[in-house]
Amino acid sequence: MQPFKKLTSTAVPLPIEDVDTDQIIPARFLKATTREGFGENLFRDWRYDKLNHPREDFVLNSPTYAGEILVAGANFGCGSSREHAAWAIYDYGFKAVVSSYFADIFKGNALNNGLLPVTVNPQVLDEIFRTIEANPAARFTINLEEQTFTNEETGTSTHFDIDEYKKTCLINGYDDIDFLLSQREKIEAFEAQREEH
Amino acid sequence: MPTLFDKVWDAHVVTSVPGGAQVLYIDKHLIHEVTSPQAFNGLRQRGIPIFRRDRIVATADHNVPTKDQDKPIAEPLSRKQVNMLTTNCEEFGVELYGLGHPYQGIVHVIGPELGITRPGITMVCGDSHTSTHGAFGAIAFGIGTSQVEQVMATQCVLMEKPKKMRISVDGDLQPGVTAKDIILYIISQLGTGGGTGHFVEYAGTAIQRLSMEGRMTICNMSIEMGARGGLISPDETTFAYMQGREFAPQGAEWDAAVKYWRTLPTDADAVFDAEYHFRAEDIPPMITYGTNPGMGMGVTERIPTESEIHGQATLKKSMEYMGLELGNKMEGMPIDYVFIGSCTNSRVEDLRLAAGLIKGKKIHENVTGIVVPGSQQVARQAIAEGLDRVFTDAGFEFRGAGCSACLGMNEDKIPAGRYCVSTSNRNFEGRQGPGARTILASPLTAAAAAVSGRIVDVRELH
Repeated sequence: MQPFKKLTSTAVPLPIEDVDTDQIIPARFLKATTREGFGENLFRDWRYDKLNHPREDFVLNSPTYAGEILVAGANFGCGSSREHAAWAIYDYGFKAVVSSYFADIFKGNALNNGLLPVTVNPQVLDEIFRTIEANPAARFTINLEEQTFTNEETGTSTHFDIDEYKKTCLINGYDDIDFLLSQREKIEAFEAQREEH
Repeated sequence: MPTLFDKVWDAHVVTSVPGGAQVLYIDKHLIHEVTSPQAFNGLRQRGIPIFRRDRIVATADHNVPTKDQDKPIAEPLSRKQVNMLTTNCEEFGVELYGLGHPYQGIVHVIGPELGITRPGITMVCGDSHTSTHGAFGAIAFGIGTSQVEQVMATQCVLMEKPKKMRISVDGDLQPGVTAKDIILYIISQLGTGGGTGHFVEYAGTAIQRLSMEGRMTICNMSIEMGARGGLISPDETTFAYMQGREFAPQGAEWDAAVKYWRTLPTDADAVFDAEYHFRAEDIPPMITYGTNPGMGMGVTERIPTESEIHGQATLKKSMEYMGLELGNKMEGMPIDYVFIGSCTNSRVEDLRLAAGLIKGKKIHENVTGIVVPGSQQVARQAIAEGLDRVFTDAGFEFRGAGCSACLGMNEDKIPAGRYCVSTSNRNFEGRQGPGARTILASPLTAAAAAVSGRIVDVRELH
């Protein structure tokens, strides 16, 4: 996993609530057996029409917006547990997603892949959307060590929460599996002492 | 003081990590072809074996055809993925109920019917509907592929203990109202993110009176309101369902297990982080009108207008996709397809319910109907009871087991622009195929729609 410390970038707005993982990566693209290449089908059916022509009205096809931060409406990533959704977003080139809240499984998957989910309150989210609308070249800074999200356009900075352990993992690029493997003795001791039914 | 959830969770904590996360021991891990290949690859790259092979069961469900299951899979990518599950299971020594095996089926149907699912255990699967198994009083939840790999390597996941919510439904259900209507009603009230961060316990007399299959339907859709999982206190109904199943405990082991399971229900003085109460009498047969499961309403109601709904910025987009108008009724509206299946409603009771309404009737000439049993065992039982004939005589296709048109990964797709009344769990855009328009409903409402060719209120057919 790639470490995440600090990022300054323009942002891509997706002001839609309840974006589900079937939109992020439709099921028909889940037949792959590796983790690579999902970015080209990110938001496939919003991004391309039936004839596979880019839909001009979709934000990823707009020449106006670009950046490594995706800003989306509430409850981003609801639905299926497919980690392919996090892989697709990361593979496309986003390093962080900002929303007022995330679906639990998606959030976990993102964190396990170096994609930072940043939760801000609904007012801050609205302000971010307004800032991008006014100036698509507006820049934002995410500082993971300080847990701050800064709107460089307005100068306002907001704190975001993240689990202390996950923060350390992201900053250093550590996977949970390395940690869990280091706990093998405790796991075996747990198995030995428990009574199972 | 503790809730059912507390009792099961706390009994599985191996250790806690500074910051709040806990290492949670997993008793049973179910895997399938779609979310496991990258996990097996990860083990291979790290050069580590599976830690506890006997705690893993694999099946092929998401990507399998439901026709000609005895022949090699025609679609090359699907064939490759299903074959990869077979070779991975052989290489790593995992028990596989693959295509053609008498136990094959949707992972959340076979776990309970084989007696793998038990009260008081922890279960995971790389599938969000793993919450189904909570019906037995287990902690069961969906995980991503990185976590599938972690569980393979260590039999543990690392996560913070979710908050606790209780949803009570008391009273008597109206005739024609099923478990599916209860959960669609609850989700319509709480919204698609209303359960985020929580594990939900379903309680109350209307829940207690449900069969195990009805309880599974309820717990199955917990994820559709954003909950991490759902569960129900085990009781005599649970034990009666489990006794004698293939992998259920037997003899003295059974007695000891039941004794333990009786200690699991939530204590009378337990406190939840959130509580909701609903009256069973208030629940009508439900349908969905939009593109998430929270957009549901009684079958005779009209679609809300924007002013009636808060926080539904996607409502307009939804209506455009569905080809529907805000403020209109859907009752009487013509439909094109009926799909009876999925991990929500493909068990034998679901098929009996639908067949009971269909028996002696024909499906409407404009409707294509398919029935996909949840497992080989369900299919055999349905055939033994003659249910398959009821469906085929009416004009339905009766297929082999799999996830099928619930998610349209195989060739069972609904064409663009067509309306499908579906007993599945998600009405997301494109879920049943690009452009497909899904209306979620109970098996009874789906059966009624099939014979009348329209959305109808099953209470009027009774």
